[in-house]
Amino acid sequence: MYRSHVLVCGGTGCTSSGSAKIIESLQSEIKKNGLKEEVAVVQTGCHGLCALGPIVIIYPEATFYAMVKEEDIPEIVSEHLLKGRIVTRLLYKEMITEDGIKSLNETEFYKKQHRIALRNCGVINPENIDEYIGTNGYEALGKVLTEYTPDQVIQSILDSGLRGRGGGGFPTGLKWKLAKGNDADQKYVCCNADEGDPGAFMDRSVLEGDPHVVLEAMAIAGYAIGATQGYIYVRAEYPIAVERLKIAIGQAREYGLLGKNIFGSDFDFDVDIRLGAGAFVCGEETALMTSIEGNRGEPRPRPPFPAQKGLFQKPTILNNVETYANIPQIILNGPEWFASMGTEKSKGTKVFALGGKINNTGLVEIPMGTSLRTVIDEIGGGIPNGKKFKAAQTGGPSGGCIPAEHFDIPIDYDNLISIGSMMGSGGLIVMDEDNCMVDIAKFFLEFTVDESCGKCTPCRIGTKRLHEMLEKITNGQGTMEDLKKMEDLCYYIKDNALCGLGQTAPNPVLSTLRFFRDEYVAHVVDKKCPSGVCKALLSYVIDADKCKGCTLCSRVCPNSAITGKVKEAHIIDQSKCIKCGACMEKCKFGAISKK
Amino acid sequence: MKSLEELKAIREKMQGQIGIRSESSDQTRVIVGMATCGIASGARPVLTALSDAIQTKGLTNVSVTQTGCIGLCQYEPIVEVLEPGKDKVTYVKMTPEKALEVVEQHLIHGQAVKKYTISEILG
Repeated sequence: MYRSHVLVCGGTGCTSSGSAKIIESLQSEIKKNGLKEEVAVVQTGCHGLCALGPIVIIYPEATFYAMVKEEDIPEIVSEHLLKGRIVTRLLYKEMITEDGIKSLNETEFYKKQHRIALRNCGVINPENIDEYIGTNGYEALGKVLTEYTPDQVIQSILDSGLRGRGGGGFPTGLKWKLAKGNDADQKYVCCNADEGDPGAFMDRSVLEGDPHVVLEAMAIAGYAIGATQGYIYVRAEYPIAVERLKIAIGQAREYGLLGKNIFGSDFDFDVDIRLGAGAFVCGEETALMTSIEGNRGEPRPRPPFPAQKGLFQKPTILNNVETYANIPQIILNGPEWFASMGTEKSKGTKVFALGGKINNTGLVEIPMGTSLRTVIDEIGGGIPNGKKFKAAQTGGPSGGCIPAEHFDIPIDYDNLISIGSMMGSGGLIVMDEDNCMVDIAKFFLEFTVDESCGKCTPCRIGTKRLHEMLEKITNGQGTMEDLKKMEDLCYYIKDNALCGLGQTAPNPVLSTLRFFRDEYVAHVVDKKCPSGVCKALLSYVIDADKCKGCTLCSRVCPNSAITGKVKEAHIIDQSKCIKCGACMEKCKFGAISKK
Repeated sequence: MKSLEELKAIREKMQGQIGIRSESSDQTRVIVGMATCGIASGARPVLTALSDAIQTKGLTNVSVTQTGCIGLCQYEPIVEVLEPGKDKVTYVKMTPEKALEVVEQHLIHGQAVKKYTISEILG
């Protein structure tokens, strides 16, 4: 029995900032102080506040230490664990108030969050099935196998109003119902863990922090539709997630929670992992299944839909990791409980990966209908360096930008679509006044050009042409006619591409054209980039009045573009300047500016 | 896993252990003085006895924490019990055996063990 638990985040974020070393050091210090029998060190999944990693939480006091370094460990052990004195200098600053220390759940970051899919992340050891069972794990599976008919399971999911968390927002219960209705000798349950949107890491965090919840939910789905085999399709770039999934599957098999006659019933179910090689298109459902079959990951036309002819031509359901993470809680707490959260057509909560120009980079789970303002200003802690908010990008390369004028819109599936964006899998990238929206659109198009599988022409050639037009505009060679042509091409691609990747690829262009047309016009007509990002439209100039002739700029210039005598004003040769900005950074007199 | 009972057995065993990680405000806090004076007079075995007993009995609403010196060094080991909405009870000169009595009578049955409290011993 341990009197104290020291939780160290072992998610990808904290691992890369050195949490593995922290665990080692904790263990050796604890041993040195003779506390080995009293204090347990537990590696957990993501706590969400990735910006402050590595994170160490000590229970029962629930003390939250942020940005812990290896050299802090002796102090934590001798002060906190041995003598019971909190090391205030390492505390998460938000917890310190005038009247002492407030609880973690009272801090801005956690206060407005509601954790369902992430409920175990950062709380349990993901490599120990007993800890999952200790938080009511596998109870939902036991309940459906002993008390529910498959139809009752499907009805519960339908009643809950759960919609797919991978981006499309299709009702999960309906998907299951369609698959159940198709008779076949074999059916499959698949899990889409091929999270590919730039900046998104919700699914990775669930797999790393609570892998058993996905296994349990897949087994429930298998029982509901009559499948005995499941596949988790996960990217090979998620080594920690893959490793923990393997451990989880091994433990579940050993306990008989996967395999034959689960809970003594006649239901058999097993799960295998299939690794993706990092192609973005494999996150599209038909391409994903083609890839599991061992073929090149290319989409195929629908119909037939996967519920009719999916994996190996058998009825198949495919749900996203986060969707599955909600299922056991819906079974245990009832569909009414789930439906009581969120908005009219979007129930429950949604996990977002906050990134970009925001103070609290990390993972948050909020009830549907929370406003963007709450997410960015309150939970996210606002924008660094006092900069002004310009837009939030949701849905990755398939989504769009939400401008400041829609800052108060309640986030749900339908609202986001109505303003030309989409929920997507949950990446939320914040942009401030220093971001050029044309450049952002170009970035996403570059991504889709790279990731287009090439099977259908509208996507293969259309995205390439779109990208070329954006290049032209950011180089200052665009015309107003190009804007019109670009818009027409966007709608053409949307209507004609074969799969979701192509159909949504023009969204970043369309939404920036809609909300930030003035920036496009500035690039085309004035040949200026208002945010000072597009290099071709910039020039660095030296203010002769301010220049003291210190020669520093000419010495740092990598291309010898700056000339001038000592103690005389210097000049930048625009034909040689490569616009790296090194001179402006170094100038002590603020004499250099970009225009 | 062939039955729900097996699952329940694991769950109950683990809940006692994981309960330490809950953060509810209606928790009873048991605080053990762990400054040099406390440790020297044997606070550590008291602390472990308390936390072991609380976890074995599955008292998930009780947490055991440490504190520093409160100035009554000659009465260490000192254990304080803070129940929400009630007055603080301070036990002095504790031993692991006395601590178990406190768990049984005070934490489980809600009756403070008067004979070990500071008011009884200091008079």
